[in-house]
Parts: sequence; structure tokens; C-alpha cells
Amino acid sequence: MIKNNSLKREPLTDTQLLTTITIIIFFTMYFTAMGTLGGGFLRFQQIFDILNDNASLIIVSCGLTIVMIGGGIDISVGAVTSLVVMSCVMYLNSGGNIFVSILLALGIGLAFGLVHGFLISYLEIQPFIVTLAGMFLARGLTTIISIDPQKVQHKGFKTLLDAEIKIPWLGYTANNGNRVDATMELGVVIAIVVLIAVFILLRYLRLGRAFYAIGGNQQSALMLGINVKRTRFISYVISGALSGISGFVFMMHTGAGNATNAAGMEMNAIAASIIGGTLLTGGVGNVAGTFFGVMILTTIKKIVVSSGLNQPWWQNITMGGMLCFFIILQSVVLSRRNGKKKAV
Amino acid sequence: MDNPILLTMRHIEKRFPGVLALNNVDFTLRKGEIHALMGENGAGKSTLIKILTGVYQMDGGEVQIEGKPVVIHSPQDAQNSGISTVYQEITLCPNLTVAENMFIGREDSAWIQRKEYEKKADEILGRLEIPTRGARILGRCSLAIQQMVAIARAVDMNCKVLILDEPTSSLDDKEVNMLFKLMRDLKAQGVGIIFVTHFLEQVYEVSDRITVLRNGELVGEYPASDLPQVELVAKMIGKNLDEFSALKGSGKDVSKNGEVFYEAEELSSSQALPFDFKIHKGEVNGFTGLLGSGRSESVRAIFGADKVNGGTVKVKGEPVKITRPIDAMKHGIGYLAEDRKRDGIIAELSVRENIILALQVMNGFFKPISRSESEAFADEYIKVLQIKTASRETPVGSLSGGNQQKVILARWLLTHPDYLILDEPTRGIDVGTKLEIQKLVLKLAEEGVSVTFISSEVEEMLRTCSRLIVMRDRHIVGELTGEDLNQAQVMKTIAGGEA
Amino acid sequence: MNNKSKNIFGNGLGQLTIPIIAIAILVIFNLIRDPSFFSIELTHNNEGNSVLAGNLITIINGASELAILAMGMTLVTAACGGQDISVGAAAAIAGSAFVKILKSGDSISAGTVIIALLFACIVAMIFGAFNGTLVAVFKIQPMIATLILYTCGRSIAYWINGGATPTVTSPILDAIGKFIPGIPVPTPVIIVIIVGVIFKLVFRLTSLELFTQSVGINGNAARLNGINSTFVKLLSFIILGICVAIAGCIGVSRLGLINHETLLIDIEMDTILAVAIGGNNLGGGKFKVGGSIIGAYVIQMLTITLYAMKVSSTDVKAYKAVVIILLVVIGSPVVKEKFGKMMNKLRSRRAKVTVKGAERS
Repeated sequence: MIKNNSLKREPLTDTQLLTTITIIIFFTMYFTAMGTLGGGFLRFQQIFDILNDNASLIIVSCGLTIVMIGGGIDISVGAVTSLVVMSCVMYLNSGGNIFVSILLALGIGLAFGLVHGFLISYLEIQPFIVTLAGMFLARGLTTIISIDPQKVQHKGFKTLLDAEIKIPWLGYTANNGNRVDATMELGVVIAIVVLIAVFILLRYLRLGRAFYAIGGNQQSALMLGINVKRTRFISYVISGALSGISGFVFMMHTGAGNATNAAGMEMNAIAASIIGGTLLTGGVGNVAGTFFGVMILTTIKKIVVSSGLNQPWWQNITMGGMLCFFIILQSVVLSRRNGKKKAV
Repeated sequence: MDNPILLTMRHIEKRFPGVLALNNVDFTLRKGEIHALMGENGAGKSTLIKILTGVYQMDGGEVQIEGKPVVIHSPQDAQNSGISTVYQEITLCPNLTVAENMFIGREDSAWIQRKEYEKKADEILGRLEIPTRGARILGRCSLAIQQMVAIARAVDMNCKVLILDEPTSSLDDKEVNMLFKLMRDLKAQGVGIIFVTHFLEQVYEVSDRITVLRNGELVGEYPASDLPQVELVAKMIGKNLDEFSALKGSGKDVSKNGEVFYEAEELSSSQALPFDFKIHKGEVNGFTGLLGSGRSESVRAIFGADKVNGGTVKVKGEPVKITRPIDAMKHGIGYLAEDRKRDGIIAELSVRENIILALQVMNGFFKPISRSESEAFADEYIKVLQIKTASRETPVGSLSGGNQQKVILARWLLTHPDYLILDEPTRGIDVGTKLEIQKLVLKLAEEGVSVTFISSEVEEMLRTCSRLIVMRDRHIVGELTGEDLNQAQVMKTIAGGEA
Repeated sequence: MNNKSKNIFGNGLGQLTIPIIAIAILVIFNLIRDPSFFSIELTHNNEGNSVLAGNLITIINGASELAILAMGMTLVTAACGGQDISVGAAAAIAGSAFVKILKSGDSISAGTVIIALLFACIVAMIFGAFNGTLVAVFKIQPMIATLILYTCGRSIAYWINGGATPTVTSPILDAIGKFIPGIPVPTPVIIVIIVGVIFKLVFRLTSLELFTQSVGINGNAARLNGINSTFVKLLSFIILGICVAIAGCIGVSRLGLINHETLLIDIEMDTILAVAIGGNNLGGGKFKVGGSIIGAYVIQMLTITLYAMKVSSTDVKAYKAVVIILLVVIGSPVVKEKFGKMMNKLRSRRAKVTVKGAERS
């Protein structure tokens, strides 16, 4: 029996299984779109557009994935992003320095993360309530700073705003015969760096495995000698810091602050994490899945628009349907799997 | 004896709101010995262990390891002091791999060396002959394997003191022997092992020394060879065994000739293989067998607690369909589940609400029992069963185990069942209550109620049942009545002697 | 797992202490700030009816939808150990369905309104059943399951409205959303009382309370005692659906129009907050509907107090957040324990002092 076991390959873990499903569905969806809708979908620029628009969503989703793997939730990320944008815009317009504004962004994010983490881990208050309060606070502060939309006037920042990375060999030839380069914004680079960093953290670092441990079974994690409180605290601090970074990236994309910036971003981030195979119950999830979750969520919007469903409601309704599909799929896959395990 | 002292606990005191859980308890563990810590539930065993492992903080006393005083504030402190624990419930993370579970929380660098861990884990698992691999997800291993992984982890931590808290309750015979071999190996390496178990034979099989606690106080420390089993039981219980013998025999005079109340043919569920079974009116029978033999699964199938797959069922000769608990209840069947905490009590609800629950369900959604009526029911059963509770509105979770069990009994008695299934009703409760429950079972049978009684203690079943169904490896392997109903025969059948 | 879901405000009878203290503080604060804050006067509105007016009435009236939703949310929370975050979106759908029927005929008669109300209820119950099925049958956590409707609910409402924000005017709607001629109390307040009484009656005439708590505290044990937990969970979502429909229709009647974007916007967060302030464990189990109702009024009183202090409506959130944090920190089990220990130390010190002089038994 022992020998048999060692010959067999280990079955996929729940995390791997769910991530794989997500990736397969994304590519199926994208290739179908290429085949049936053609047009923009045949150009690489389409993917870059999606990335350019959603760099900050990718960043907050990474943070949220960490929190959710640890068995928590952070619904303040969108509001903090919005607050960071508004604060940085106002600071820059008052003649500030770009470097300091980056620090300001990180500082605001970290401050929220620290307070959330402290209240949730050390005072044992429910994460939903704490981060709900955080969300209210951030949204409220945003409107207190300025209720009117603010555009960045800072000269130095303008160059940052316009900075683009051109990738000629992924470009395409437009109808008039001109060659158009594929362009990627600076924010996407930051998002990719964050993605890789979080991937390494979760997979290769002791701390990352501790997140999985406390999400899998908090009591056990304690018995295994993991500092559960500190680990949970850190997960919220990371999420907060990433919200700060996300805010700065958001500002680099839009170049303006608005009280309704990043509205609903927290729910999109949660949805992306779920589609990517992160379970709200904790212990299962993967940041690669989350990335594809964001891609699925945003690609479906593009597909809806391209396929001629022009009424404004279709995007959200399709997104809801997509979410519903994934949630039920995961529930069925996991319950069948666990059912099988018991029968053996 | 001669071995040097490894661990001493002196004058340990622990207070919980309203209770003195440990009062001036001493405990000494030597190098290379297996030391059994014995006591009934509520004696303070688990409290003592939790103090040693840093889960609780003691209110007074002193702990020394190798003569040096240590302060244990957290499980980490305990680990650092060389104390490792393997608990009854698996305290590993099911979503991580076996290797990760073995090394997490004690990695020496911030980076994890996955491959290296898996190699090391495979090596240790191979040495201990544990049939799993480091790369496997723990949640996909059987409970027994998970338990052994926990031990492997402790072993690899070079612990000086290894605490095994009820490690054998989910293991079968073969696995128990593996574990004992492991324990003896470790002992030879000089590890001191504290062994907590409810199985008396196991204590004598491996232990060198026994410490007995009772009601939070130290009764004494004895070399295992100097303490006969009967005396050990007497010390744990603190009273004479005569009361037990008085009960003897009374279970045997129940007539089994007469009306058949319940009959099943080829009944099977998602957890139980097909089996035949019947019980007469007023009969007390028992299902016995080792843990995992299918005894609990079979009675759960009778009650419809798991998904029923097939078979025909007759109640009072009439064919009926029982696929959900509510069906069984409507046919006068009650079921006291094996796991009181998980399947029995609704901890935050009051004693009163817990008592009326089953009756209320049977009455239906639209016929609630009025407040005054439910109060009357609760008061009646609190009195009849002598439930010790501050009031009928006390949350049932704050009662002691025995009293919680009585509340659940009351719940079923209130429905006036014709057939009551009691799965381990006496587990983890004090001896006095055990006796009361046994008496109650016999009294119910006299009143014409059929009872199926399951207990890990064969003796207890012999005293109450007139017929024993023996199970092994999920099959019924024998049915004992009359003359055959004795300990030797039961053991033989369970072990497969005649096969 | 259960340890995770500790009651954030303590247990049992003490459950109502925090919301009541919160109300008391708000009342005292307002009285000091402006003694006339709570004055109520009888005035005449545009239609010439004599009606009650004043901050207190504004608070009680304004919290009506919140209170109704909080009642339903309490049940869902208790049975499923999670919250429905789609109530605002579902209310928009119910409101659209309501308006759709009202607009279908030429004139709006009492009959049309009743049919429209029933239709809205049915629509909301269907969406409730959808959420409930995901939670009870597919065993998906409530927050995740209802995230679907949260994402697309308002768009569905927009779709029903055909991409517009239709207005409806009728004296009957005014009677629902504002005042019934001759009765000086705002109708929404009366509706809250009626809904509250119905809840009370349902608890009295059925075993809903016992079954819901049993399922929420220990689902396994509930099942083994013959309770159909799928049914109980589903039922809680359907009941919440009815509450959603009522709240949505009140919202529409108040304004005389349906705007899918703004109708009861962000109310899901306030509703969950009301349940939590009411001392209910968000992890499920024992519950008190009364607590949630008080919670709803605490939130509304806070909002109106801030308005009275010239805080703009968009900024209110920030102040609300500070108050929430204060409330939960005070209610935190850790803070309570630390505080209790401190008090004990103080007490024992004082006791020692007194023992010196007098004998104690």
C-alpha cells in the first residue's frame, strides 16, 4: 500500500483545481470572443487595454486574496483607494513633491491596514464591521477633502501620467495602413510586480503559508506554534498597503480625483478573488487565480459591449450571471470532491 | 525510580469562574517513562495538560523542566521548552500538505524549502511506518493518519515531554499497536510521555507509572505494576464498586418474546453497509464493536440520520419509509447522538428550549408549545432526571457534560418514544450519572419502550442489554443472547476469534 | 470555528445594553447641544392635513425602511450565520416591479396599488428564494451568494424600468409614503409598527424563533432533531424578501419615482450595522429582532444629529464610522475582559481597605 501511494501522482489540491478551472474558462472565453467577435479581440492591445484600465483592481484584489485566504474580509479597499487618489491629487496640486505623494499614498493605506488589523486581531472584532467602518471613514474623508472632482495640475506628475511603455512587435496595423504600437501604462508594471511579489509571498515564504494555516484552521494554527494574531494583523496591513499603492496607480491612470472613484471596487475585488478560486471560508486560494478572475470579470464586459448589447444594464447583469456560474460551479465541484473522499 | 526527573509541576492551582478546577496538584515525569494521567471527566486532566501546553495560565504553582523553572504563556513557549502535544481532535491544518504540517511554525528561515521539507517528511514517515507522503494534502488522509502525522511532527521536534491526549480513540487495533511501538521507541530515546486515555487495558499495556486525579485534586502516583485495575478504577471514582454489581443481572430478565416493534431488512445508508435488524417491544439490545466497526453508522441508518440508500423497514409490522430524522420521530423513534456537542445540544439555548425541541418539531411548525407549558415540561424533567442547573433558562452549554446528556435524554423522553436509540449516552460523564442512565434504560424497558444501547464499555452493555449485536469491519458478525452474553464471548466475537 | 463568531456585544439580557446606551448618549448630547432638538409640533402640510413635525419625527420616519429591513436581516443572520448584502439592489427591483404595475393602467386606483404591492412582494420573494437556494441548498456563504444580486440587481431594475426613471403620482402613494389624511403620524412609521406586530405574532403562532436559533447555533443537532434546516434558511430569505418589497415600495412612494441607482442606496451596510448594534451575533444563533429595530433608530438618530450639526450628507459617513468603531471597541470581548479585570482589581483593593475596619462574612 505504501508503495502504491508513492507511485501515484498527488491529486490537485482544491486551490490548484479551482485556479485551473478559472484559467481554462478565461482562455475558452477569450478565444471564443476572438473567433466570433474578431475586431479588437484579435489585437494584443485589447489585453493591454484591459490591464491599463484595471491595474489598480488587480492590486487590491491581491491584498483581498491574502485577507480572504486568512479567513477574513476587507471591504474598505475601494474606499481607501478613492481616499488615496483624492489626497494625493490635492497634495500635488498644492505644489507637493511626487516622491512625498507616493509616501502619502502608502501611509494612508498602511494607516487603515494597521487600524483594521489591530481592531480585528487584537480586539477580536468582526472583520466585516471593522472594514465597513473603514470604508465609511475613507469615503467620508474623501468628500470632506473635496466634494468636487479635482484634476492633477502638477507638471512632474503629468509626465508620469503620460508615461507609456511601447511594445512595437505586439502592435497592429490600423485600417489606414499606419502601424500602431501596443502600449502599456506604468501602473500595469506596478501591478505585475505586486502580483509576482504576492505570489512569492504566498507560495515560498513562511508568512504566506501561515496565512493558509490560519485560514484552514485557526485553532490548529495556534497549536502548531503560529502567532495567529500577528499573522492576521499582517494580512490586513498588507491589504491596506496595497490599497494605498492601488490608489496611486489609479491616479496615474485617471489623473483626477473624484468622490465616486473606485466605487464598488471592493465588491469587484471580492468577485475577482472568488472567481479565481479563493474561498471566503479561508485556507484556499491563489493569487494567479485572482489575476485571471480580474481578467474574466473585465473581459466579459468588453465582450458584452462588442457583441452589441448596448443597453447600460447588460454589463452588470452578465457579470452577475458569470459570478453566479462560478459560485455554483465551485460549490458543486468541491462538494462532489469531498463526497468522494468520504466514500473511499 | 532511577531515571532522572524531567518535569515537575508543584502546587498547581487553576480557577475558573465559580470552580476550582485544580487544587494544589503535583505531577512528576521522569526521563524515558510513559506516565498515564488518569481521572474521570472533570477530574482536571485536561486542565492540567492545557496549563502545561500554554493554552491556560495557572493561577498558582510552579513548573520545572530538568530542574529549571519555566514560564509557559503560549503554545510557542511550550514548544520552546520541549513540550509537544498531540490532541484527541486533530490540531493540524487540513488544507496544507503533510510536510507543511510537520514543519510549519518552526521553520528556521523566512523562506520555505518545499522539496527539502517533503524529503525530510517522507524520511520520517517512512521510519515511523506511517503510510502517507509529505506532498499529500493532509485533509485527504484518514483521521488515523492525521493523528500519526501529528505525532511525527512532535517526534521530529526532539521534544523532551510528549503529551498524548486520548490519541487512540480514533485508531483501530493495528494502528494502536503501531502507536505503542512508537511510544516505546521514544521512551527508549529518553522522552517522557504523558499518556491520557480512557482505555484501561491500554494504560496497563504501555505505562510505567500512573497518576490519578479526582475532582481537581491529586489522589496519588503509583507504579503501574503495583496498582491492580480494580483499584485504579476505585481511585478514579472514589467509591466502592458494589453499586455496579448491584445492577448486574437486572438487564437480562427482559423478555424478548412478543411483538416486534421495528424491523429492517437490507437497510443501508451512505455510511452503513446493508444489514438486517429487529427489536421487540420492551427489549434492550446493544450494538457493539470497535470504533469504526459501523455500530454508530448502523443506528444512524435506522434513524435516517445519514442518506438512506435502500432496504425495507417495518414499524409494528407496517412497511414505512424512514429517510429523514423527522420520519423516524413520527414513528416513535428517538436518537441520542454519539457526539453530544456536535449533534446533540444547542449550546446557547436554554435548558428549557433544549428539552422541548424534539417535541416541538413533532408538533409541527404551526403549533408552538406555549411558554407556560414548556416551563412545566422543563421543570418536570429537571426534577425527574435530577438535572443540576441554575435555572431552566440557563444556557445548556454552561452545564457539565453529564447534565447536558440528561437534558438531551429529557428531550427524547418528552416525546414519549416507543423506541429509543442511545449512542454512547454515558461517554465522558461521571460515574453517578452513568448509573442513573443505566437504571433509566432498564426502567424504560419495563414500561415497554424498546431501547438500543451503545457503549464503548462492554461491561456496561452486558449489564443493560439482553441481546448484543456484534459488528466488525462494517458487518454484523454475531448476535449474542443468554448464556453467550459474557465478556469473554463478546471479546472473542469482536476480535474475530471464531472466524 | 465557533469561537470566531463571538457575540460582539455580550450575551443574553445584556444584549440590549449597548444600543440603549447609544440612544441615551445621543439624546443627552442633543439636549445639551440644542434643548429644542426634540420638540414636536403639529403643523399643516401642503395638502392641508395636520401633521406632526420635528427632528424626532424625522428620525423615526426616516428609519422606517431601515427598521423593516433590519427585522428581516436579523432572521437571515440568525439562521445562516451571514448577511444578505443585496437588500438595496433587491429593493430597487421590487420598487421597479411596483412602478411597472402602477404604470400599466391609465389611472391608479386602490386596487392597482394593492396588486402592484403584491406583485412587488412576489418578485422580491422570488429573488429572496434565489439567494436562499444558493445559501441553503448549495451551501454558499450568504455574503458571497448575495454578492451576485448585489452586482447586478440595480441593473435589473434599470432594465425593468426600460432605461428610465419613471415617476408616479397618486394620492394613494402619498398616503403610503407620507401621511394618510387625518392621521398626523407618518404612514411609514405605522407600517413599521404593523410589520413589527406581524413579526411578534409569527413568533407567537409558529416555532420560527426556536427553529431558526437551533439551525443557527447547531445545524447538525437541529437536523437530527428533525428540523429541516434547508427550509428554515430558505424561509428566512423569503421573509427578508417580503421586508425588502415593503421597504422598496415605501421608498418609491415617498419620492413618487423609481431611481434604480439611488433608491435605498447603501442601505445593506446600514442594515447589517443595525443588526450588529442591536447586539445580535453576526455569526448566527440567538437573536433579538427588537435589538435590530433599536439599532436602526440609533443609526438614523446619529445621521440626523450630524445633519443638524451642519455636516453635509456625503460627509456623514466619516463620522458614522468613528461612532461605529467606538461602539464596537467598547463592545469588544477583549476590551470588556480587560475592563472587568481592572474593575475587579479596584474593587478588591477597596474591599481590602474596608476589611481592615469591619468584619466580613
